[in-house]
Amino acid sequence: MGESSYSFSLTTFSPSGKLVQIEYALNAVSSGSTSIGIKAKNGVVIATEKKLPALIDETSVKKMHNLTDNIGMVYSGMGPDSRVLLRKGRKSAMNYGLYYKDPIPVAELAHRLASVMQDYTQSGGVRPFGVSLLIAGCDERGPQLYQVDPSGSYWAWKASAIGKNFVNAKTDLEKRYNEEMELEDAIHTALFTLKKGFEGEMNEKNIEVGIVDDKSRKFKVLSQAEILDYLNEMEF
Amino acid sequence: GEAMSIQTYNGAAIIAMSGQECVAIASDLRFGVQNQTLACDHKKVYRMHDRLYMGLSGLATDAQTLYKRFVFKHNLYRLREERDMRPQTFASMVSATLYEKRFGPYFVEPVIAGLDPEEGHAPFIAGMDSLGAMETAKDFMCAGTNSESLLGVCETFYRPGLGPEELFEVISQCMLSGVDRDALAGWGAVVYVISKDQCIARTLKGRMD
Repeated sequence: MGESSYSFSLTTFSPSGKLVQIEYALNAVSSGSTSIGIKAKNGVVIATEKKLPALIDETSVKKMHNLTDNIGMVYSGMGPDSRVLLRKGRKSAMNYGLYYKDPIPVAELAHRLASVMQDYTQSGGVRPFGVSLLIAGCDERGPQLYQVDPSGSYWAWKASAIGKNFVNAKTDLEKRYNEEMELEDAIHTALFTLKKGFEGEMNEKNIEVGIVDDKSRKFKVLSQAEILDYLNEMEF
Repeated sequence: GEAMSIQTYNGAAIIAMSGQECVAIASDLRFGVQNQTLACDHKKVYRMHDRLYMGLSGLATDAQTLYKRFVFKHNLYRLREERDMRPQTFASMVSATLYEKRFGPYFVEPVIAGLDPEEGHAPFIAGMDSLGAMETAKDFMCAGTNSESLLGVCETFYRPGLGPEELFEVISQCMLSGVDRDALAGWGAVVYVISKDQCIARTLKGRMD
């Protein structure tokens, strides 16, 4: 209606109570490649599509990173924006560790990243981040999965999806998810759900998977060989 | 009066000791300004939470201010993280806070004693100088205007593995003997013995001079 006339300024509400720039940022997220996260009883798995043009050297591209030893993140949306949040997240976590000599809790790190994203919705001369993040980690409170949106709102999820196919993926996850899932089941489920919305053939080269288990509490991005093992275990 | 040394303006004596699944921390009760004694009920040990206590020796005004700042910080921490601070986390925070004032420091020497909730309530003792240089110890930590005397008695009387009652006896004897040679500390003492389930505070009657 008159919405578009309010879309010039981030810091002006539209008549319906929206900040249109944030809506548009969410659109940027929804046109990015799909990412999925599942929290199991003994760990968390996150996975994402990594569709690249044919001539790109895929070994040089990483969408999934460690924020700390025991916390990892993946994004959907604008890659360059995610790099800024990655840096700020890592530095923030390090500062916490320097001050308290204690690793940062997952919830606290998610909160800090969300606060950064909220800052960029209430400041002059900036635009919101064009990414949603899935943050996976294990600490004293157990395995946790957080989703952080461009608005700065964040939620703890048992399972979630962001990006292009998130609606169908979420429906799929709702059907498949159960509280008793172990990490291995969650990995298979994540791959199944990812494959469902995948255009073309899904293989170890065009997806990225990261896991953190409650015992070792180390987040690691799986190698292509490890992903291939999981894909082979599933009957496709 | 005489030339003022900021570290000896008020006077204090603080000892922390670790035992079997318990810690104890004690301070004298004198409050004075140089050689004039103004109060004999001025504790220098502060409770941060049920299993974490901190003693602050040195300039009394800085000790008071710092205590309030640490309560502030710990309250915010507890609201954010929905848990009490571990002793080592608190000690790191104290160290960072002191170092922030590296070129205009607080004139205090903290001693921290507590039980670590994450390591089966293991005893934790630490001390640092006014710039935040921290050391932990397995046995005891001393601070104050006559810390050398305190270290001497502790070295003599301390044994590892003391239970709460024995630890109380040992730390009390160390405190009372230690302040006898210190003109600026004494006038009674307070002792806290902290175990997993309770903390007992006792006041000692000493020489009121």
